Amino acid sequence: MDFISILSIFVMACFVGYYVVWSVTPALHTPLMAVTNAISSVIIVGALIAASPLAYGSPLTWGGSKWLGLIAIVLASVNIFGGFAVTARMLAMYKKKDR
Amino acid sequence: MSHELPAWVPLAYLIAGVCFILALRGLSSPSTSQRGNRLGMIGMAIAVGTTLAFIQVASLVEILIAIAVGAVIGIVTARRIKMTDMPQLVAAFHSLVGLAAVLVGVAAYLDPETFGIASVYDTHLKAGPGYAEAFGHIVTIHPVARVEMGLGVAIGAITFSGSVIAFLKLAGKMSGAPIILPLRHVINLGTLVAILGLIAVFAHTNPAPDWAFWAIVALSFLIGFLLIIPIGGADMPVVVSMLNSYSGWAAAAMGFTLHNSAMIITGALVGSSGAILSYIMCKAMNRSFISVIAGGFGAVASAGGEAKEQRPWKRGSAEDAAYMMQQAESVIIVPGYGMAVAQAQHALREMGDLLKKEGVKVKYAIHPVAGRMPGHMNVLLAEANVPYDEVFELEDINSEFAQADVAFIIGANDVVNPAAKTDKTSPIYGMPVFDVEKAKTVFFIKRSMGGVGYAGVDNDVFYMDQTMMLLADAKKMVEDINKSLAH
Repeated sequence: MDFISILSIFVMACFVGYYVVWSVTPALHTPLMAVTNAISSVIIVGALIAASPLAYGSPLTWGGSKWLGLIAIVLASVNIFGGFAVTARMLAMYKKKDR
Repeated sequence: MSHELPAWVPLAYLIAGVCFILALRGLSSPSTSQRGNRLGMIGMAIAVGTTLAFIQVASLVEILIAIAVGAVIGIVTARRIKMTDMPQLVAAFHSLVGLAAVLVGVAAYLDPETFGIASVYDTHLKAGPGYAEAFGHIVTIHPVARVEMGLGVAIGAITFSGSVIAFLKLAGKMSGAPIILPLRHVINLGTLVAILGLIAVFAHTNPAPDWAFWAIVALSFLIGFLLIIPIGGADMPVVVSMLNSYSGWAAAAMGFTLHNSAMIITGALVGSSGAILSYIMCKAMNRSFISVIAGGFGAVASAGGEAKEQRPWKRGSAEDAAYMMQQAESVIIVPGYGMAVAQAQHALREMGDLLKKEGVKVKYAIHPVAGRMPGHMNVLLAEANVPYDEVFELEDINSEFAQADVAFIIGANDVVNPAAKTDKTSPIYGMPVFDVEKAKTVFFIKRSMGGVGYAGVDNDVFYMDQTMMLLADAKKMVEDINKSLAH
């Protein structure tokens, strides 16, 4: 992908984010923060690549990224599992009036 | 990129990104929110699964162990955390995203070939097996990738150190009072400019200078710390939202570096989400974003120039409150963070139930800054089994106070202060507040007449004819009211 296609994805996603987030009900703003926390840990993708130092099969360099990657995987996993779990826990509390 | 990915890989990342969009979309209503959350999990599984499938995983066992360790810590924390402590948890989670972004950025810098962002610096040397061994370090990183990488580690580091300070302040492990350094605006601006300058140097010098990269990392950790220490406790809802936004931009910058659409889409979503929440919080406090960032709010108590006159006020009892509310047709409860501190939410819900049995219409009125993060009060009430359709936002309920028989204020103060509407000299002037003074009767639970809200201003509601002050611990007072109601 060239820079312009990536930039296009980014700009479009900013607009999507803007409209989607304004439609979130204020009552769910805390779960919103918890779940955005979880999904921003998609950075784990970078950590997985880092933890696999021949990831693209290039034998040229090895800069010690493996351990950095593994630590980043732990951090991002705490966030992913913790973020989704705490969001699910909160959302399960929201109940309607029983009539 | 120097290598070709199979076509299904970007497609799978795109699908993951769409799942994340739908996850946020689900939050438009509590009824669709749980499905949305599950879609978020599916999106994450797709992103992780895709990555593991296309990279040549050198150490799957170690990776799985790392994921398992993180999963256990995350799930145990999520199960144990008290809902009142959500702001701290979210701040702690933000710091992890920030640190992970820094680690990935550093890994990409040390090992650019793994990430597919390397190019040969000396262009007349043609790449071939073993050339690096033969010619030493001539592999360098594309200049554009260096800018993205520099921004990514900088934002990640700011998110990390800023969130750590926010966490310490929210958890009460550090004083919530602003810490004001002399010349802090000069220092902060200087540091930010220096970081941007270093990124430019880092991108334009060949080969990429090591010292510039590490200086970017170090200065960014420092500026995150410096930016948050002068911000006072009252502004923490804005800070948490702002750091939420930063964690998104950090992920997006890393997505640019790695050409990964899932990361870019997610980063943009999270970045906009945090920015919108910061905006909503600023508006709810009538504070400009710049003044929050500049910090110092709440550092000085409001100028007590005029001699404080003793004004008459009425003290009520639990029995008075119970009697008046039983007779009422409608009661609007205005909870503030003080209610959560006193752990009064369960007793309060019980009070609501008892009143409903008497045929009283009960509604809850929530100010956007009622809790310590956006939507915090709604979660606390939901936890106490208050149905969400009895809970209303400021603009939806404010017109109803004029028809309400009772406004019941518990643990809130600034958000019901009419000075915000009338007194131009008040520090909270312009902040949207509840029109509780229009209700026929006002009950105001407060620990004592001495304490004032975050803003440190007196409240005219205390001294109105129709106001009865209920001076006690919020939980004890509500329990006493419940006893009277049950008779």
